Amino acid sequence: MRLNLFPFLFTFTIISLSSHVLSTSDLILTKVDRRIDLSSQIVRTTTSLKVENAGSDIVSEIWLAFPDSLVNYLAHLKATLKEGKGKAKPSSGAGLPYQVVQPKDAPASLKIYSVTLPKGLAKGETLTLDVLAVFTHILQPFPEKITQADIQLLLFQETAQYLSPYPVKAQSLTVKLPEARIESYTKLESAKLQGSELKYGPYENLPPYSYLPIVIHFENNQPFAVAEELVREIEISHWGNVQITEHYNLVHGGAQSKGEFSRLDYQTRPYVRGASAFRRLVARLPPRAHSVYYRDEIGNISTSSLWGDSKKTELEIEPRYPIFGGWKTAFTIGYGLPLQDFLFGIDGKRFLNISFGSPFNELVIDTLVVKVVLPEGSKDTSASVPFSVKQRHETKFSHLDIAGRPVVVLEKNNAVPEHNVHFQVYYKFNSLSMLREPLMLISGFFFLFVASIVYMHADLSISKTSASYLAKIQWEEVQATAHQIHNIISLCLTTHDKLEASLRDLSRSGDIQACKATRKSVDSSLKELTKELKSPVAFLQSSPQATPILPKVEEVIAKERDLQEKLMAKHSTVVDCYEKKLGGREIENRVASHQQKITALRQEIGDLLDLIDEI
Amino acid sequence: MSATDAQSSLRHAFGNVLVFFILILIGVLAFSIRLFSVIKYESVIHEFDPYFNYRVTQFLSKNGIYDFWNWFDDRTWYPLGRVIGGTVYPGLTLTAGTLWWVLNFLNIPLSVETVCVFTAPIFSAFASWATYLLTKEVKGSGAGLTAALFLAMVPSYISRSVAGSYDNEAVAIFALIFTFYLYIKTLNTGSLFYATLNSIAYFYMVCSWGGYTFIINLIPMHALLCIVTGRYSSRLYIAYAPFVILGTLLASLVPVVGFNAVMTSEHFASFLVFILIHVVALVYYIKGILSPKMFKVAVALVVSGGLAVCLAMIAVLIAMVASSPTMGWSGRSLSLLDPTYASKYIPIIASVSEHQPPTWPSYFMDINVLAFLVPAGIIACFSPLSDASSFVILYIVTSVYFSGVMVRLMLVLAPAACILSGIALSQAFDVFTRSIKFQLPSLSVDSHVDAGGASSESVVPDDTVKTDKTEDTHKERTSKKSKRKEKEPVEKPPSKSKIKKRLSVLPLETSIIAIVLLILLGAFYVVHSVWAAAEAYSAPSIVLTSHSHDGLHVFDDFREAYAWLSHNTEVDDKVASWWDYGYQTTAMANRTVIVDNNTWNNTHIATVGTAMSSPEKAAWEIFHSLDVKYVLVVFGGLVGYPSDDINKFLWMVRIGGGVFPHIKEPDYLRDGQYRIDSMATPTMLNSLMYKLSYYRFVETDGKAFDRVRRTEIGKKHFKLTHFEEVFTTHHWMVRLYKLKPPKNRIRGKTKKTKSKSTPKTVSKRKGLKRNPF
Repeated sequence: MRLNLFPFLFTFTIISLSSHVLSTSDLILTKVDRRIDLSSQIVRTTTSLKVENAGSDIVSEIWLAFPDSLVNYLAHLKATLKEGKGKAKPSSGAGLPYQVVQPKDAPASLKIYSVTLPKGLAKGETLTLDVLAVFTHILQPFPEKITQADIQLLLFQETAQYLSPYPVKAQSLTVKLPEARIESYTKLESAKLQGSELKYGPYENLPPYSYLPIVIHFENNQPFAVAEELVREIEISHWGNVQITEHYNLVHGGAQSKGEFSRLDYQTRPYVRGASAFRRLVARLPPRAHSVYYRDEIGNISTSSLWGDSKKTELEIEPRYPIFGGWKTAFTIGYGLPLQDFLFGIDGKRFLNISFGSPFNELVIDTLVVKVVLPEGSKDTSASVPFSVKQRHETKFSHLDIAGRPVVVLEKNNAVPEHNVHFQVYYKFNSLSMLREPLMLISGFFFLFVASIVYMHADLSISKTSASYLAKIQWEEVQATAHQIHNIISLCLTTHDKLEASLRDLSRSGDIQACKATRKSVDSSLKELTKELKSPVAFLQSSPQATPILPKVEEVIAKERDLQEKLMAKHSTVVDCYEKKLGGREIENRVASHQQKITALRQEIGDLLDLIDEI
Repeated sequence: MSATDAQSSLRHAFGNVLVFFILILIGVLAFSIRLFSVIKYESVIHEFDPYFNYRVTQFLSKNGIYDFWNWFDDRTWYPLGRVIGGTVYPGLTLTAGTLWWVLNFLNIPLSVETVCVFTAPIFSAFASWATYLLTKEVKGSGAGLTAALFLAMVPSYISRSVAGSYDNEAVAIFALIFTFYLYIKTLNTGSLFYATLNSIAYFYMVCSWGGYTFIINLIPMHALLCIVTGRYSSRLYIAYAPFVILGTLLASLVPVVGFNAVMTSEHFASFLVFILIHVVALVYYIKGILSPKMFKVAVALVVSGGLAVCLAMIAVLIAMVASSPTMGWSGRSLSLLDPTYASKYIPIIASVSEHQPPTWPSYFMDINVLAFLVPAGIIACFSPLSDASSFVILYIVTSVYFSGVMVRLMLVLAPAACILSGIALSQAFDVFTRSIKFQLPSLSVDSHVDAGGASSESVVPDDTVKTDKTEDTHKERTSKKSKRKEKEPVEKPPSKSKIKKRLSVLPLETSIIAIVLLILLGAFYVVHSVWAAAEAYSAPSIVLTSHSHDGLHVFDDFREAYAWLSHNTEVDDKVASWWDYGYQTTAMANRTVIVDNNTWNNTHIATVGTAMSSPEKAAWEIFHSLDVKYVLVVFGGLVGYPSDDINKFLWMVRIGGGVFPHIKEPDYLRDGQYRIDSMATPTMLNSLMYKLSYYRFVETDGKAFDRVRRTEIGKKHFKLTHFEEVFTTHHWMVRLYKLKPPKNRIRGKTKKTKSKSTPKTVSKRKGLKRNPF
């Protein structure tokens, strides 16, 4: 193992340690303290520089040097000025501005970042600069492929001496390793291992661009969760919700897994057989997050838990399967947030103030795309992000949109938790536009109902003169007349009932006069009804369409007349009998023949009426 | 007069509005009772076939209709592939695709999956409305509403149409009922408009489901029945003749049917009846224009001529039928006609559990109290017997038979049972409420019945009210559809009213008790249906849950395995598994499979079955020849999941042995018994399926106790030489193995054994040569 390290040792000893290179200014680093944190997959280098201006000119910028091979992995760089004792500038501040410069005398394989100081450093003055550099993907798994049972070992290569264009008077390096085995490290004289901390130095009075490569080979079983792509969609609804949807493409960025995966081994001794795998991730969502979901393209993933308090909401998710080295997975989480926590107004504009990165802890994101979907009708959109991102605009069509919603797309490569700061999207929006879609729906349904009413009432036949249309009209008329006749006959029948009722009254009270009066009135009303019958019957007789029902109608009318007569006869007989004071038995005998016919006729009329009605 | 007119029209308007709202509520009920699966589980596609339909819909929505018709799917049946556009019933896919397209056109961003999940509930609401229409045509709106309510929650239909059950049946039942409705409507009105609509509805049905053959046989049967019973009318002709011609033309437009619409025996009945109805029509026509004497002469002529033509046609048909090997019947149809056919000749059909005959409890489970109401409904249909009610009777009789053959066809029985039960229940309510109405004094003030007279005198008021009622329904009909022509059956009304007159009024107490009992029966049905929807039929089967003392436990192993396959294997890797999991693997894992649930190629399935039943080395060779990289087996022994591959293994042996005779079923059975314990045969214990299922199983509990078979397994400690485990899910339900690369099998072996094994492989190769590839 030890022998194998040598190729690595020299892979990036690219810098010629030439002492003839001189710094352009006369700055001296009087004290350099470096701390490198290797406890997770993200390497954080914190450097505290004490700078003294030994020259005569006022210096307004300080150079920081990084080897090219590292620059590609540099995710985040922040330099802050430390003023006074312990009184640091607010760490959330953006830090000092910097830019890449390429001075002629610097070695070609170095990249120089020039940090601009807020005010120049005069002769003899000192200042303290804190530099935080965050690297991803620089921990190389070695061996590159491990089996399920192996632990994951990583290689880290650095220089023990601070690489700087300035002479360094005194310096030290502390490397913080995870609490686990350390396979090997470059055993320099000055190296000291204390617990999980490895110390190099102190070194004193080194010329510019001094370099002393070291390699540390250590165990690290922290989750190497790398999101190859993360698309965060932040959708603002002015009805009171900010909906966030995050699509992850996750891969285990550590040592590749090889050979069998045995669930048995994994289940019986998960921390031995499967130490390098990770099975859960924790996301810290903003407080009052609601409607949280966690799913992938084939459905919900049930292994997640959520708890929260007033400060935060914590979501712990488990991918469908434990993620071993090189294994991939993809999933989506989504949650809603209350609008008033994130949307604010400032002189006529509104702005969204929300965090940029992923809520997951210690996640490296290769490509982070943040899409802010503004409500339909927003204007004058602009975004302000404290670091450099690619920006573009899109349009998204969602629920019943006509013009589409403006989308601000921000793209950032190589994002780390340090990028998880708030950013702002400004836009103008008229609150009345909120009502557009409800009004659209209301009017849509209104017109639907109006259209159906119109359809029900309008005559949509194409030709008003065609034979079939006329026939249909006529047939409808015939039907109406038949109905009319039907009604008249029913009325006749009810008047007949009156007659019968009067007879019953007679049997109860014996009031012959009243009975006669009823008969008279019934008689007259029946006559009127008969008159009324004439015109519809005449119409039926004249109409050619009525031929199928005409005989039935005529029959019914005849029968009705018959019935009328019979009833009258019965009535007069009964009244006569009462006048002659005959007994009940006698009356019944006399009426019996009438009664039989009446019942039969009623029956027949009823049948015929049914028939007519069927038509 | 105008006042009463207005009053009655107002009453009708109220009635119509009431019916409308009841129908809407029924639709909502039908939709929402099917959402238990979404609420209890999640919005996800269920089971096996729906995954294929979902995948096709995804393809359709992504690539459009033309690519869909031309789609050659190379992700399945490797290396043969499958022409999807020409072998799939496109109705469901096109329906959901259109739905999705419309929604997206309106900028309502629903995913294809969501649309697919909710297609079935939406269409079950449609189906209950169609049931209302159909039953209304048969027995009036009261029966219609009752039948629609029954159908909205009949468990048999729920089992096929819960949210997520995205299968052909979901839309086909609606299409079936709607086609029948239009047929009855045409029959009642004699309108060509409805006849045309009927053909289009039939076309939709053909698009949707292979069960369309039921329609194309039932309607001719009914037409034949009408002719034989002397009920021929011009309405029947209009209902039948255009339907056959247009329907057949349209059906042959569907690629999967094509010329089958005129060439297979399933359709011949319709053509025979088509000829017959023309003969009968001609006879009636001649009868109309000739005097009775002349007619007798003509009959002799026509009958002899017609007979000759018919004989000639029948001869041609028989010749055509006889020329095809299965007598022109497809295997599935044959197994319907002869229930023992499939188990004798087509093990693939017989191996599917839903193709087994049902047990008696499953009738009670699936149609519940409807089973008791159906006979009453049949009686109600006989009084009076109309064309429409005779159709319903025919429908129930045939569907009862078919449901007895295959449990799957219970689904066809369900609408018929609902219609007849609806008729029975509404008629019963009619009688009872009428009886109560005439005996409650407050209601009978205007009628002149003496308090005592309940028998002879009450005929009169009974009659008036009854006619009132028929009047209602008829007015409703005429007002709603004024297009109805004068071809109303002439003999119907008198017979109807005569029957009604015979109805007598039951005693008050009896009616009240009977109504209470009927309501109880209905309530029992509702409770049962809701229970069935919630507990029995809502499980999506890809997610399993179990209740234990510490709460709900979720088994999501299938998706775990599919997700792993989809993310951690190469996109072109081939996965071999038993055909049950083919559709899911292609849809969820997006990997190429060897066989899938569309069991079109028996040999191919037999090859996989043979590989699974062979020893490791032979299996490796078969799989390697198929370019397989991963083998997927489903194993339930650890958690007690009964429908795993070991339980299906005998079918693999049977199907494999059917094509490759060196696999013999008795080799896997000890004294005719299928066992995996220490008494199992060595062939069984050495088969690939056994090994892949139980690999390292003994190390879980030390005894290797299989919780499904409730026994310790026979061979506990063994190593795999040609396969390596690459993934096993959390509960061991899915195990994935990778074929080791070829060089590994030679390494470590001496030359002697190598030379020994060579002839063996050669002989195997010989067997393999019979593979089609």
